[in-house]
Amino acid sequence: MALYRNLSIRQKQIVWAWTFLAVPVVFYVVIRFYPTGTAIMISFQEWNLLGARTWTGFDNYIKLWNDPVFWKVFRNTFAYLLIGTPLSLVLSFLIAYHLDQVRFMHGFMRMLYFLPFMTSAVAMAWVWRWFYQAVPIGLFNNILAGFGIAQIEFLNSTTNALPAVLAPAVWAGLGFQVIIFMAGIRAIPTSYYEAARIDGVGWWTILTQITLPLLRPTIVFIVVFSSIGFLRIFDHVFNMTTNNPGGPLNATKPMVLMIYDTAFNSFDMGYAAAQTVVLFTILLCVSLIQLRLLRST
Amino acid sequence: MMKNLKGLALAGLTASSALFATSALAAEPVEIEYWQYFFDARVTAMEQLIEGFEAENPDITVKMTHFPYADYRTKVAAAIPAGEGPDVVQLFYGWLNDYIAAGLIQPLPVDTFAPSDIDRDFFPMVQAMKKDGAYYALPTAVRSLALFYNQRLFDEAGIEAPPANLDELVEIAQKLTKRDGAGNITQVGITTGMTAQDHHWFREVLVRQFGGTPYDEDYKVVGYNSEAGAAALKFYTDLEKEYGVTASGFMDEPQAAFKAGRAGMHIDGSFRIGSLNAIRGLKWGVAELPTAVDGTKSNYSSYWVNAVTSKAEGEKYEAALKFMSYITSDDAMQIWLDVVGELPAKPSVGMTEANANDPVFGPFIKGLAYARTTIFANESSQRQVLVDMVARTDLEGQSVAESLAIAAEAEQKILDTYYSK
Repeated sequence: MALYRNLSIRQKQIVWAWTFLAVPVVFYVVIRFYPTGTAIMISFQEWNLLGARTWTGFDNYIKLWNDPVFWKVFRNTFAYLLIGTPLSLVLSFLIAYHLDQVRFMHGFMRMLYFLPFMTSAVAMAWVWRWFYQAVPIGLFNNILAGFGIAQIEFLNSTTNALPAVLAPAVWAGLGFQVIIFMAGIRAIPTSYYEAARIDGVGWWTILTQITLPLLRPTIVFIVVFSSIGFLRIFDHVFNMTTNNPGGPLNATKPMVLMIYDTAFNSFDMGYAAAQTVVLFTILLCVSLIQLRLLRST
Repeated sequence: MMKNLKGLALAGLTASSALFATSALAAEPVEIEYWQYFFDARVTAMEQLIEGFEAENPDITVKMTHFPYADYRTKVAAAIPAGEGPDVVQLFYGWLNDYIAAGLIQPLPVDTFAPSDIDRDFFPMVQAMKKDGAYYALPTAVRSLALFYNQRLFDEAGIEAPPANLDELVEIAQKLTKRDGAGNITQVGITTGMTAQDHHWFREVLVRQFGGTPYDEDYKVVGYNSEAGAAALKFYTDLEKEYGVTASGFMDEPQAAFKAGRAGMHIDGSFRIGSLNAIRGLKWGVAELPTAVDGTKSNYSSYWVNAVTSKAEGEKYEAALKFMSYITSDDAMQIWLDVVGELPAKPSVGMTEANANDPVFGPFIKGLAYARTTIFANESSQRQVLVDMVARTDLEGQSVAESLAIAAEAEQKILDTYYSK
């Protein structure tokens, strides 16, 4: 106690700051870092959840390298990322750009776009799953059949299933991205636009020379944010394909679903942990590359 | 107010001292713990059984704990080695090997649970629970497959009786199938879907009915990559491709199509009875699975079993054994049938006049007499193999023989990995 009393006010402030900071630090260590460390350790072990853990060295990683399903899943994951991120970026910018110019019922329109983001992914996935069914229950196919057009196999297809699953995921994320974009657009000082208009510049030049360059931090944020989201996609896929998770023939299976399946259906914890470590590494790399791009501005 | 509080405190003290006094007088009761996963009817049935058991054994109390199915295995695995958790545990028959290997359960003593008696008294597929001359676990109830049919659609199409064999199955299914003007199927004759129960129908029923064996005796070697297996798969895929009496994924799930009255026939397990009963306006019947054209019968049975864990010792062990024999008694099985709708594991209960001729349970119970139990290394992965097998013929146009060979190889790999440990 005497020790504390002898501290200067500044030092006391530091002690208190650390005391309060210790709570989230401890929380993070226990909830995040400890399990992460354990997962890395388990990835070098064999464990079926029931018996003892045995060390197996790099066996799980070698198995992963030689597993054709892993490479299929790897490609799927990047398909989600490479289709999902640019698509949602362009769509959300277009919506935000035009929504920004709408005065009539602006708040209501914004709410409509934000609504899907607030909806539970599970509920949304099941509704879309129903949309995609074949005649007589599926909404889309009933409409097609009503016009005498042949049905489309949305989910029961190795080529259509991935885009079909991705569509509601993109739609669900749009609301958030639109709001961020609109905030970014509003933050651009109007004086730039006034100066441009005085100079008689067209809308295309304004868009490409003023709006987009000044939105760069916003764009980078949305790209990083949605990339992480698409790399970790799980709930939409799982709920739309519960009968045959990630199917048909692994056509929609993302990495997280493979991890889940390995861990909680096959109870092969070591192998699942190895997949987790790989996913973690991918996420880390993608995020670091994108942050590097941010810093270069 | 103050006075009231004092009074309350005094009353509490007296009551608790009275409680202590009585418990000191009576013999120390043994408390054992029973764990199962949460399913409403199962919990109700078990509560009834525990009540009956405690009435018979006043010195034993049974505490039941249940968990959502998703957490069940993890909780059991964490609790028992830590010396916590159940003395008697319920587990899926397919998990038995893992539980034995992990030392979570102990064999039932041969003097009270004589293997020869169990062999004689239970339906034959229960013998999968016997290892090295002793039983490790016993079921209260079992499940089997049967053919559900929609009575209203049968009447409408003028069909008098459910199909007796596979030829009749196709014939009747054709009469029940409806299409719209564009040729889109709007009502299926029979539902299909390897993701539901069809993978069992294929493995244990169709492959055998076409003259093959799905596995070797120990279920360690895949045997369906044969002419018989190919014939069975051809029959199965032809239901959609050749005869056009079904569409895989029709109305999302086979049971959904049947419940909606859009399917004439549907193969499913006895556990579906309860949810079909809850559908108003659906008139349905049950028949035994169709036989092969030469009359060969087969069926698949699965079950949940009860076992004594390695945690139970001393007087708890004795109490756990008593509880085990109580919940595998004839009376317990009748309660389980009445409350949960699952079939008795002993012919002495199942084959009674009333049960075997029950219009709903009867066909399932009769099926038990010739049912087999697949010993899975990993049921969901092995099911996935068959799901993919049919998907390859359907979506990628692969030939039946080729797809079957790939499936057999993939499943063999799962079995080899599992048994090499």
